[in-house]
Amino acid sequence: MNRRSSLNSKLTVSPYIIWAALFIIAPLFFVVYYSFTTSAGDFTLENVQALSKYLPTFLRSIWFGIEATLICLIIAFPTAYIIAQKTDKIQRTMVMLVMLPMWMSFLIRTYSWMAILQDTGIINTFLTKLGIHPVHMINTGGAVILGMVYNFLPYMILPIYSVMAKLDYSMVEACQDLGGNRLTVIRKCIIPLSLPGIVSGVTMVFVPSVSTFYISQKLGGGSFDLIGDVIERQFQQSYNYNLGAALSLVLMILILISMAFMNKFSDEGEIVI
Amino acid sequence: MKRLFSVFFALITMLLPLSVAFAASDSEIEALRGTTLYVYNWGEYISDGADGAIDVNAEFTKKYGIKVVYDTYDNNEVMYSKLKSGGVSYDVVIPSDYMIERMISEDMLEKIDFDNIPNFSYIPEKYRNLDYDPTGEYSVPYTVSYVGLIYNSKMVEEAPESWTALWDERYTNNILMFNNPRDAFAIAQSILGQDYNMDTEEGWRVAAALLKEQKSVNPVYVNDEVFLKMESGEAALAPYYVGDYYLMKENNDDLAFVYPKEGVNYFVDAACILKGAKNKLAAELYLNFLNEPDIALANAEYICYGSPNSAVYDNPDYEYYEDELLYPEEGAFKTQLFTNLPPKILALESTLWDDVKNYNATGSSYRSLFFGENTSASIDNGEAFTSETIKYGICIGVFLLAVIAFVVFRAVQKRRREKY
Repeated sequence: MNRRSSLNSKLTVSPYIIWAALFIIAPLFFVVYYSFTTSAGDFTLENVQALSKYLPTFLRSIWFGIEATLICLIIAFPTAYIIAQKTDKIQRTMVMLVMLPMWMSFLIRTYSWMAILQDTGIINTFLTKLGIHPVHMINTGGAVILGMVYNFLPYMILPIYSVMAKLDYSMVEACQDLGGNRLTVIRKCIIPLSLPGIVSGVTMVFVPSVSTFYISQKLGGGSFDLIGDVIERQFQQSYNYNLGAALSLVLMILILISMAFMNKFSDEGEIVI
Repeated sequence: MKRLFSVFFALITMLLPLSVAFAASDSEIEALRGTTLYVYNWGEYISDGADGAIDVNAEFTKKYGIKVVYDTYDNNEVMYSKLKSGGVSYDVVIPSDYMIERMISEDMLEKIDFDNIPNFSYIPEKYRNLDYDPTGEYSVPYTVSYVGLIYNSKMVEEAPESWTALWDERYTNNILMFNNPRDAFAIAQSILGQDYNMDTEEGWRVAAALLKEQKSVNPVYVNDEVFLKMESGEAALAPYYVGDYYLMKENNDDLAFVYPKEGVNYFVDAACILKGAKNKLAAELYLNFLNEPDIALANAEYICYGSPNSAVYDNPDYEYYEDELLYPEEGAFKTQLFTNLPPKILALESTLWDDVKNYNATGSSYRSLFFGENTSASIDNGEAFTSETIKYGICIGVFLLAVIAFVVFRAVQKRRREKY
């Protein structure tokens, strides 16, 4: 009986193992392989050495990612808290509203931001009509960050909300009983309790923000190259798979480090609880 | 029944005057019925039946019973990378001149059997055996056109004559630029009076420095967005292909076009058959079909690029018959063709292009979203450490310090709490 169930479990797991080997392990291997070879297949460190040239792009990507993540967090935390306070029915509707934009292609939504932000766009036409001096918004770093925040905000709201919705409200009451005012309740009770949600939200926003490429091309006008743009160009235009792979490898390591760091954070958070 | 149909079909094809000269016999063509042809072409580069025009692929299927699977790409390099990386197999591609040369040199193209392409007789001598395909065995010209400068006459005071208009500070934030290295470098090379195909590294570096200098006017690097931005009056100046200017002008009558005096790129896109094409005869039928007078005319009017097909440009009913921009007099302005660059220069070009894209002279930052400020900075050729880099570095450093301080603070607090 025992044996059969273990065989069964092996069989049920096997599709995933094959999947993982084919589509996760093998590509990773190729990324590493290409990073350290020339186009002819010989071992080289040239690609890795060429990376120093892309330091500004890396720094810009990381900083834009941090900014987008912080803005998302500042918007998402109160939003998730407010949603979690409502009755079940309203909660369902509001969560659906958060997810609604995700039903549309992310490319189309970014493209339409172009029409909204540009100098002859909706906002500036409106401002001119009101007699206010139009503001140049498109093709700036701010527009890129706005695009990131807009596109990735649901990934921040949803995990925080899902933790908050299951939050044991008696804890909050206990906190209030002990004489905590509103701010103390949020600071000492709600934030620590929803920390796992915040951590996964931060990861889910930071990782795609750092590696995005389409948003910066359309909203940044090609002047705010992020690391994703450079990687895309190596594969699509320059046919330099080796440099592209080396860049991807560094990006991957960077993301792994930040994720390990974030996990550390959430572990500690649980101890506090 | 089926037989009756094929007899009927044979009768029809016999009645068609164009099928007379085919080298491939009718039965061979008939045998292709039900097969599939894979075509890889530029986006928006074939008449697709919009506005009552001929749907070329559907007509081909109707005539020969061969299904056409049709995919598109944005530029030569994307097409090349995709073909090189494997995993796709097409029969027909339509690359530009220099890319054809490269593909011939890398043995990616199949020789065409011109006996199967009687309509090749419509292609005059001047479009045959051009530099990219000197023996003329690999390609059938599809379009010929020029790059030029499109401008919005409402936004630009006097008609520009020179490419340097794209460096003019009066049009800061309103200038568009090619988002591909070859075309972008060609503009700088025109201004510098260089050969587009030079193989001196120093020359390419000088051109790259000029492109970096352009950053002080905040150019926006675009591909197809050029249509949206020029038509809406968002941008004042854009270098682009003359054919597309006509498409834009349909939606914005303020647009005008000029061939800058420094000279422009002249290009030919030609249809080729890929090595290992699974349906070669069908591919040749397709190439022939593209040059049928009515089909070529429909394409020329849809794409708005110049046609190398004499049945089109000699046809007085053609919308752009004797059009000055599409068919300028020979020698009216300076033109240069692209040729394939040696691998070393190609690699240099792509690193220099990365440098150009990466270079930020304007210091335009995230704050400009709120203040619209634009502080110009001088050009320096320091590759990595510009003021922008230092700014981001400091920001990230401060952020990390703050996070670490917070973590330490929490840990200390926890320890203190545990004491009780």
